[in-house]
Amino acid sequence: MSKLKSTLGIVAIAFITITVMSCKDNSKEQNSTDGDHSEMNHDNSDGHHDGEKREMAMGGDSNTQAVLKDYFNLKNALVADDNAKAKTLGATLATTLGNFDVSSNFSDTQKAELKDIIEDAVEHAEHISESDIGHQREHFKILSKDVSDMVAITGTENTLYQQFCPMYDGGSAWLSLSKDIKNPYYGSQMLNCGKVQKEIN
Amino acid sequence: MVAFVGIQFIPTTRNQSDTVPETDFMLVNNVPENIQNKLQVSCYDCHSNNTQYPWYNKIQPVAWFLEDHIKEGKAELNFSKWDSLSNRRKASKLRSIVKQIEAGEMPLDSYTLIHKEAAFSEEEAKEVINFMTQLKDNL
Repeated sequence: MSKLKSTLGIVAIAFITITVMSCKDNSKEQNSTDGDHSEMNHDNSDGHHDGEKREMAMGGDSNTQAVLKDYFNLKNALVADDNAKAKTLGATLATTLGNFDVSSNFSDTQKAELKDIIEDAVEHAEHISESDIGHQREHFKILSKDVSDMVAITGTENTLYQQFCPMYDGGSAWLSLSKDIKNPYYGSQMLNCGKVQKEIN
Repeated sequence: MVAFVGIQFIPTTRNQSDTVPETDFMLVNNVPENIQNKLQVSCYDCHSNNTQYPWYNKIQPVAWFLEDHIKEGKAELNFSKWDSLSNRRKASKLRSIVKQIEAGEMPLDSYTLIHKEAAFSEEEAKEVINFMTQLKDNL
C-alpha cells in the first residue's frame, strides 16, 4: 500500500508541475483574426496592376501592400516599447501573411520562394503575438529579413528605407517608410541608433 | 480512486516510431557523438517522432498532459523532419534553438525536474550552441 501511496505522490507532483508549466503557453493560437479588413481593401484589385498601379515600375501587389502595412504598424509598436500592441499586431500580421495569395503573376521559382518566406514569416509573427518584448524584437529581426526578401520579389508601391542598427544582436536591419531613424530594437532606450542602409524602389 | 483507475484505461496515442526517417537531424548533419547524445536526452523526447517514455508517463492523467506537450513541441521543432525544411526555415529554427538554450528556456524546467540528465551544463550548452551556430552559418 505504501508503494501505491508513493506512486500516487509522484504522479500528483508530476501532474501539478506539468499543469503549471503548460499554463504559460495556453493562450497560444487564440489570437483573433483581425487582418480581415485590411484584406478587403485590396481584394477587388485581383486583376493586378491595372489602372494607375501599372504605371509604377515595380507596382507591388495588394498582398504585399497589406503585409507591409501590418509590418510597419508592428514596427511602430516596437519603437514605442508597446508589448501588448505588438502582440495584437503580430497576430494581425500573421493572419495577413496567411492570406497572401501566391498564385498569380510570379514564376514557379518565385512562387516557391514566396511560399517559403511566408511560412517562415508567419511563424515569427505568431511568436511575436505571444511573447515578451525582448522575444518580440528577436523575432522581428528575422521577420524583417523575410519581408525584405518578399519585397525583393514582389516590389512595392512605396519607397522603403532599409535601416540598420549595428548594436542589436551583431547588427540588425529593418524597413521603414521614413528616412528618419526610429529604432524598433531598442525603442526609447536608444531611439535614434542606426542609419539608412539602402533605399528600396 | 475509482476515477483514477478508470482513466488508466483510456488509450492515448504514443509518440513512438521504430524507424529514423531520412530527414532526421542526426542523419543529414554530421553531428559529433557527444552532441548527438545530448540532443537525444535533452530534446528528442518532445522534438522528434520518438519519445522515450518513463513508467510514470504512462499513467493518466500525466500521459495526457505529456501528449499535449509533445504535440506542441513538435509543432515548433521536429528534429525527425529536419531536412524537409528550407534553408530559410532551418536558419530560423537554429537561431531559436541557440536563443532558447542561451536563455535557459529549453529544456523546460518541468522536464529537467524529472529528467535531471537533460539539463545543460555550461560546457554542454556552449558545445551545442557552437555547433548549431556553425550549422546555421554553413547553410
